[in-house]
Amino acid sequence: MVKRHEDVIIQTVCRCLIPYMQIYSLYVLVHGHGSPGGGFQGGCIFAASFVLLAIVYDLREAKRRFSEKTNGVFCALGVFIYTAIGWLCLLLGGNFLDYGKLSKIFPTDPVMARYYGMAGIETGVQITVMAIMVSIFLNLATKGKHEEVLEE
Amino acid sequence: MIKKIVSIVIAIFATSALLVGLEDLPKWADPKQPASIHVSPGYIEKSLEETGVPNIVTAVLADYRGYDTMFETAVIFTAGIAVIMLLRRSKNGKKA
Repeated sequence: MVKRHEDVIIQTVCRCLIPYMQIYSLYVLVHGHGSPGGGFQGGCIFAASFVLLAIVYDLREAKRRFSEKTNGVFCALGVFIYTAIGWLCLLLGGNFLDYGKLSKIFPTDPVMARYYGMAGIETGVQITVMAIMVSIFLNLATKGKHEEVLEE
Repeated sequence: MIKKIVSIVIAIFATSALLVGLEDLPKWADPKQPASIHVSPGYIEKSLEETGVPNIVTAVLADYRGYDTMFETAVIFTAGIAVIMLLRRSKNGKKA
């Protein structure tokens, strides 16, 4: 599934498709406020673009663009962003995740600060979901061996 | 054998207790049920002016119930770490 097999048509189509998938996932993320969407859905779409890359090219190409170490960092980074925003609100004198208090350091009124706080935590959710989905796919598809599968 | 009879009796009693309780539940989609008159009107009327978000679902998910969503993210993180720990093998076949 993640081994290399050349097919010019599929590879060209995917090369055109993957950027649009990633932009669409960011659209789903930022439009989570006005329509169905948000970090969980957007993260899955973003991860799907990497899964497509790994299927169409091979595992090595996917890992060249999104290495395992970066993946591990991103897994934790999303949760960190979420809790960091929560703690920031706590330090500014509000409750945990009380985004209205962010207006003290950002030049907006409290209502819009809540809006941007939500956008911030959704971004954190997106990063974690994306990294976790990619790592689950790679580990399940290769039984945890990654590049060794390509040499068999 | 006696174990089976005891478990069947317990199952019958539990089912009938739940069926008796079913009588007191509010009717489906009843606008006067407690769930519809307690917090829902607050969310519907105030979520836009309090949070600036036009989508009520997002306002509840990320603002009023933000603590819940934080741990949903943490659950996904934990699940991913568990998959990596269980499956990932290093070059010489040992656990990474």
